Amino acid sequence: MRHKHKPWFLVSQRLGIAFLTLIIVSFAVFFATELLPGDVAEVLLGQAATPEAVAALRESMGLDTPALGRFIGWLLGLAQGDLGTSYVNNMTVAELISGRLSNSLKLAGIVTLVSVPIALTLGIGAAMWQGSLFDRGISILTISVISVPEFMVATLSVLIFAVWLGWLPALSFGADTSSFLEMLRAYAMPVITLSFVVSAQMIRMTRAAVIETINTPYVEMALLKGALRSRMVISHALPNALGPIANAVALSLSYLVGGVIIVETIFNYPGVAKLMVDAVATRDLPLIQSCAMIFCVSYLSLITLADMIAILSNPRLR
Amino acid sequence: MTTRTTFLSALPTPKRLGYSFNLTGRIGLAVILFWAFIAIFGPLLAPYPAGEIVDWDYFGPMSDKFWLGTDYLGRDILSRILMGTRYTVGISLAAVFISVAGGVILGMIAAVTGGWFDMVLSRLLDAFNGIPSLLFGLVTVAAVGSSIPVLVLTLAAIYLPGAYRFARALSVNVNTMDFITVARARGETTVYLIVREIFPNILGPVLADLGVRFVFIVLVLSGLSFLGLGVQPPNADWGALVRENIEGLSFGAPAVVFPSIAIATLTISVNLFIDNLPTKIRDRSE
Repeated sequence: MRHKHKPWFLVSQRLGIAFLTLIIVSFAVFFATELLPGDVAEVLLGQAATPEAVAALRESMGLDTPALGRFIGWLLGLAQGDLGTSYVNNMTVAELISGRLSNSLKLAGIVTLVSVPIALTLGIGAAMWQGSLFDRGISILTISVISVPEFMVATLSVLIFAVWLGWLPALSFGADTSSFLEMLRAYAMPVITLSFVVSAQMIRMTRAAVIETINTPYVEMALLKGALRSRMVISHALPNALGPIANAVALSLSYLVGGVIIVETIFNYPGVAKLMVDAVATRDLPLIQSCAMIFCVSYLSLITLADMIAILSNPRLR
Repeated sequence: MTTRTTFLSALPTPKRLGYSFNLTGRIGLAVILFWAFIAIFGPLLAPYPAGEIVDWDYFGPMSDKFWLGTDYLGRDILSRILMGTRYTVGISLAAVFISVAGGVILGMIAAVTGGWFDMVLSRLLDAFNGIPSLLFGLVTVAAVGSSIPVLVLTLAAIYLPGAYRFARALSVNVNTMDFITVARARGETTVYLIVREIFPNILGPVLADLGVRFVFIVLVLSGLSFLGLGVQPPNADWGALVRENIEGLSFGAPAVVFPSIAIATLTISVNLFIDNLPTKIRDRSE
């Protein structure tokens, strides 16, 4: 039984679960979109939907084959990078998504770069001066951000930075990103909003992780030996909290997936999430399916990564 | 005199039983009760019919006639928020009861029976946890169209795996206790074990979990409505009110500010209430 608790065994087990989850998720995504009311061919043809035309279109789209067969075909296509063709404008889904995906990744990347250092500093600081005014202020702020919907954080930042202070444009995403200053102005609002959403989680989890290590006997020992409080946290508690903190970072970044859907919509940011919300309006199945899979895969990778970090960084499992 | 004080000090008041709330918890509870009252009686208190255009100006400011201003069509925002309370609170409550009831029942069965049933169910529901919640809602609502029953069931389905996981973990702990072993030895049925032995012992934490999940559900519902996939016009919940009036945001119209405040007060006060629940309810093991 001993080998069951080896970390690499647990990691590969976790990867197996992630893979299984991915299969179930793709199954759910495919069949949820299959449930769309009305026949796709009929919807597409509109006025011209004579029975012959519908039958012909169904055949050319492959809709007359059984759903399970199409599911497997779709899955194999996905695995080879073939995302299918959009129903609405006959462009390949890959073509539609590629530019948008790099926009979304750019946004996510900037948010990560902004929020991780800030959140870690504030989280560790709050843990270091636990119970102080600073700690309580941070705690109230993060609880408030977590308790409200993402769009409200966006609304508030627009009110503060655009309406009251007048520093930034309100809701339109500036197409002009030629000069550095213009680009900064265009990205500021979505980045601020998402950073707030992601950081709030990260600060709370970082604080909890550091406090947990502060309460261990070896840190208490350092304190009894007369080490300074800051030294105690930085050189004794922090190295041991690194695993849980990395876990917290990965887990908090998974909040980007939900946040980005709202933020791209509210600021008209040309990313994958906006593409998907628009595809929902036009009922463009292949596009919805592919976007949904992109989001599920990123979410799943982040939470799997968080779990694996947690397993590998726990010395008791080695 | 002494007998009197001893008698009084022996009275089982909520405080002595460990069921009293601190100030923050009481404030939270007061706000929750306020919104519950509005959800029931709100439409009776509304100064104007919620769907009627009463002001020729749109995005009107706060005034004596229209306390919270008017919306993008000139409808009274106060009346629309009062009406929206029913949708937001009602849908979320229905969804949270279905998801927690389902999760708790399945979790208790899985913990008591164990074996392959437990394993298959746990793996399957864990897999559903791997779908981001807003995305799940987006795809389902896009697929079957938005109506109130669909919203309730979708939201319930999103949070059932979490409720299951929580209830199962609690039940597994209770399941190892001596009184369960004794009950098994007496030859009690699985149903008896679940209803009479396990359920009463996990009830407190489950109620706290219900509150946390209620907040999540309010947030996802508002998010869906904000994307235009939630409650459909002419009706509107708080999220839909923000969506309708988002154009007014660039000049800080009260029409977009007050529905947001309504959501925030409800979710923050539920969180405060749950955080300050007496330890006796939150965690009976302490």
